[in-house]
Order: sequence, then structure tokens, then C-alpha cells
Amino acid sequence: MSEIISGFIQAVILIVTLDPEVMQIAALSIFISLAATILAATISIPLGGLIYFYEFRGKRAVIILIQTLYSIPTVVVGLLLYLLLSKSGPLGIFGLLFTPEGMIIGQTVLIIPIMTGLVIAALGGIDRNISDTLISLGATGIQTIVQVVKEARLAILSAVVLGFGRAISEVGVAMMIGGNIRGETRVLTTSIALQTGIGDFPFSIALGIILLLIALVIVVIMNLIISGLSYESQMVLGGPRL
Amino acid sequence: MIRIEGLSRKAGEKTILDSVDLEIQRGEIFTFIGPSGSGKTTILRLIDFLDKPSTGTIIFDGTDTSASKTDLLAIRRRMAMVFQKPAVLNTSVAGNVAFGLKFRGVDQSDTDSRILEALEIVGLKHLAARKAVTLSGGEMQRVAIARALVTRPEVLILDEPTANLDPVNAELIENLIRSIHQRFHTTIILSTHDMIQGQRLADRIGVIINGRITQVGSIHDIFYRPQGRDIARFVGIDTILDGIVESNEEGHARISVGNVVFEAITPCKPGAKVTLFIRPEEVTIAIKDGDSTKTSVRNQLEGKITKMVPFGPFVRTTIDFGPHLTALVTRRSAEDLGLAVDITVIAGVKASAIHVLPDTG
Repeated sequence: MSEIISGFIQAVILIVTLDPEVMQIAALSIFISLAATILAATISIPLGGLIYFYEFRGKRAVIILIQTLYSIPTVVVGLLLYLLLSKSGPLGIFGLLFTPEGMIIGQTVLIIPIMTGLVIAALGGIDRNISDTLISLGATGIQTIVQVVKEARLAILSAVVLGFGRAISEVGVAMMIGGNIRGETRVLTTSIALQTGIGDFPFSIALGIILLLIALVIVVIMNLIISGLSYESQMVLGGPRL
Repeated sequence: MIRIEGLSRKAGEKTILDSVDLEIQRGEIFTFIGPSGSGKTTILRLIDFLDKPSTGTIIFDGTDTSASKTDLLAIRRRMAMVFQKPAVLNTSVAGNVAFGLKFRGVDQSDTDSRILEALEIVGLKHLAARKAVTLSGGEMQRVAIARALVTRPEVLILDEPTANLDPVNAELIENLIRSIHQRFHTTIILSTHDMIQGQRLADRIGVIINGRITQVGSIHDIFYRPQGRDIARFVGIDTILDGIVESNEEGHARISVGNVVFEAITPCKPGAKVTLFIRPEEVTIAIKDGDSTKTSVRNQLEGKITKMVPFGPFVRTTIDFGPHLTALVTRRSAEDLGLAVDITVIAGVKASAIHVLPDTG
């Protein structure tokens, strides 16, 4: 018990004194997951829009597949990418294994399904009347899609934030693709796993607290989005004009 | 303006709209009336090219829109549609009105003045900066009308514009439609299930029942000369009687309905089976009072009141004289005459007030 308490105290000291290693690890974590989130969002939002707006055979099956992939184990994505990115793998020539870039790709792949699925759900939440109204007002196909996506912006933003949450908290891809190399690919989750293994609890707890703080920020952002942002904040998000 | 030829729409096996032929004139208010689910929305959506017809074509201002090269977007942009359930986008009122202009790439400097002009017309200028989703149903409908109007459409399509509104807001919207028509001479196509509204707003009416246009004509035609039982029932004719023409002298016929003989105006020859339609407001009620006064009313039918139902300022009174006849009398005259169930009265119907159709089975 005393070990936990002393570990906790030391952890607070590590954070408050802005310990360089702790900060470096946290910064890399945020950078990698943020990059993966932005990459995944640029793919998932148009992809979700495409799947939602176009009628094709097997649409239902595609959506079910996407929903299944929501819960794909991170280690499975890690394994898959390891096979692809390793020196003898088909993408081996790019030398992405054990690099932050490789980790970004891995996390992007991991969160694309959940983001795409939630974008589809977000668009589905917009009244059919809205797209009819837009078309009857003379919108082209593209103008209609852009406007409906804009209309679903809050729900889509939630999907993006949720994707970031899954990316920063996962350990499978980070460990298998990153390799937990100190100062290079070591992130919050892999570091916690390692330091706990070698008994350096204060360090682990400090990183755990930081991870929880990031989670807190995410939850606060989510709540702000969901509880209907104020009119002014919507304007910040590219909402109302005039 | 719009000529519709053989227009049908099927959803799977079900025919929603069945070979409609129709011509809508430039500058008129054309109203589709029909019960819910009769196909009114379907035909309006086809006219706005939101859905594709299964067969048939629409010729818009001389352009056959079924031709493969037709630019439907360009034609759609000459029209604007307001839906039964107004959908506003999550932005300001002015932002909502701006959409049609934005899609057409209208200059920003032009946009603002046109938005304010459109909002002025619908009386919502003061709410321009309000968030549209906070508006009431009536206000949303007016925003939807402003949003349509701002594009200066040649054809304005309104699907049941007052169906979800209270009477005050409904009247406001009706007045608005009328003033838009007067001011811009816009061709207006609207649908309603409310025949009274149809009566108030339309230049011409098309009756849709079960996906078919059963009659097109002036208000008077539809209300007083319905071409069939379904239409008659829909436009509020309660009394529909089957009879046989006994004699006909220069169009003045005697028609027996059961044991009673009616006099009515029809070219139908003796022996012909016919159907008589009598509007309730054309029936007068008199109390039998010994000394009879002479009257020009040809049909005087003695019967007992079987039912009295209040209907606004009127009382819908059903009289049994063998067959049944419904009369619409004011509440005041019902009270003055002391009308009540089981009282014997004389129902009067002028021969010219009976609409006679040959019975086609």
C-alpha cells in the first residue's frame, strides 16, 4: 500500500516538474495519435459519406463489416501490419517498422472502421427531408452531400474525438509496430507496460495519470459537443453566418 | 407551363400514381386535393424531379424532360418546393434562406438584400439572426416559403403547406400564398387534403384518389358537378342516391328513388339509371304548418330527423324520408325552428341543385 502512495507522490512530482522523459513520451503519444486521427478522419468522412449516399449491392453487408471492425483487437491490427511492414513483407522496402510513421499508419488503420461507422450513423441521423430540401433548392449532388455533412458536423466531430480516444489508449499496435524504443517510439501505453514490468511504479503511475488527463479532456470535449454547443461556438466550428 | 403525359410511379408492385395526364397553366394556382395517401406528394415530387417516374413524361415550358440530354438541375432551379414538414438546417434564419442563392452562385452583395426581401414578405425580417431550429412550426413553414421565394421561382410547389399548423397559422400561410401569387404571378402548385382550403386557394383543382386524377376543373365544377361517387364524398356531398329516370321534358326529369320522385335537370333519357348528388347546404328545412305557402322549390320531401351533428356554426341534420338526406342548416335556424331528432320536417331541394350523373355501375 505504501508503495502505491509513495509511487503516486513521486508521479505527481514527475508531472509537476515537467520531467523531460515523461513529457517527451506524452508529446510523442499525442503527436502520433493526433496524426492518425487526422489521417483517419480525412479518409473516414468522405468514405462514410460515399457509403451513406450511394446505393449499391451489398451496402448492408459493408456496414455490418465496418461495425464488426469497431472491436477489432489492436494486436490483430498490429500483427497484420507487422507482416506487411517487416523487412520481408510486401511493404518492407519503406522501412516503416519500428518508426513513429509506422505507428501512425497502424493507428489510422485501427480507427478508420469506428470513425467511418459513426460518420455513417451521423449522416443517417439527419432527416431525409433535409437532403430533399437541399435538392429542391437547386443543390447539385456534391453541394447536397457537403451540406448534409456540415449539418451532421457535431455528430461527426464526436466520431473523430472517439477515434482519437481509441488511438491514444491502444497498446497493441504501438508495441508491435513501434517496438517501444526509448526516445523514438516509446509512447504512454507501451511505456506503462514496460515500466510496470520492471517495477518502476512511479513512472508508470505518472504516465497513467497523464493518459487519464487526456481521457478527461476527450470526455469534456465530447460533452461540449453532445450537449449542443452554444450558438457562438458553433460559429467557430464554421456554423451559422449572418 | 407544365404538361404531364401518362405519368406513373410504382414502388415495387404497388402503383402510387397511375397514368396522369394534366396541363398546368402559367400563372395559375393549381391545387391537388385528395385523401391522405392518394398520391399528392408523389406527383409534386415528380414535378420537382426529386423522383423519377416509372412511365410518362413531364414537359416543362416546352422542354421534354424525359429526353436523355435534358439538364434537370437547370429546370429544377426554375422551381422551388416547400415540403409538408418543413426542414430547417441548423443555422440562422437568414442562413437558411441563403441556400438557394448559394447553390446558384449568386453574388454575396446581391444575396443579403434578396434574403431580407424574402424574409420581409413572410414577415420574419426581425428574426433573421435567430437560430432556425428554435422557431415554431408556423415560423419554420414561413422560413421554408422565404427560402423557396428568394430564388424567384417561376413555379412554386407547396405540399400540404398548412397540414401541421393551427388555424391561425394556417390562415397566415394561406394569405401569404395568395399575396405571393398576386405580387409575382408565380405559377403555384399545391396539395391539400382540406377541400375547404382548396376552395379558398385554387384557380383549378385536380382531384386525386388512389393515385388517379379523377377530375380536373374549377372549384365550382368539383364541388357542384363531381364526376363520380368518390369525388362527391370527398368534397362533402353526403347525399348520394341511385334512381331511374321516369320521364324527361326538355331536360327537366322526374327521377324515382325508391318510393320518392325527385325533379332534377339532366339530359338523361327515361329508363336510364342515374345517381343524384345533393350538397347539404342546398337542402332547406321547413316545419309542416297546416296552410302551405307556394314555392318554386320543386322537391319537397317529408321525413323525420334522425341525427343532428353540430358542425361549426351549422348543424348537419339527417332526414329519413325512405332514403336519407343531409341538410346543413345554421345553428340559429335549427333553434328557431325547434329542430330535434324525431321531429317531422319537410326538406326542400331545388331541381337545379341536384347534380345528376348517369350510373356507370
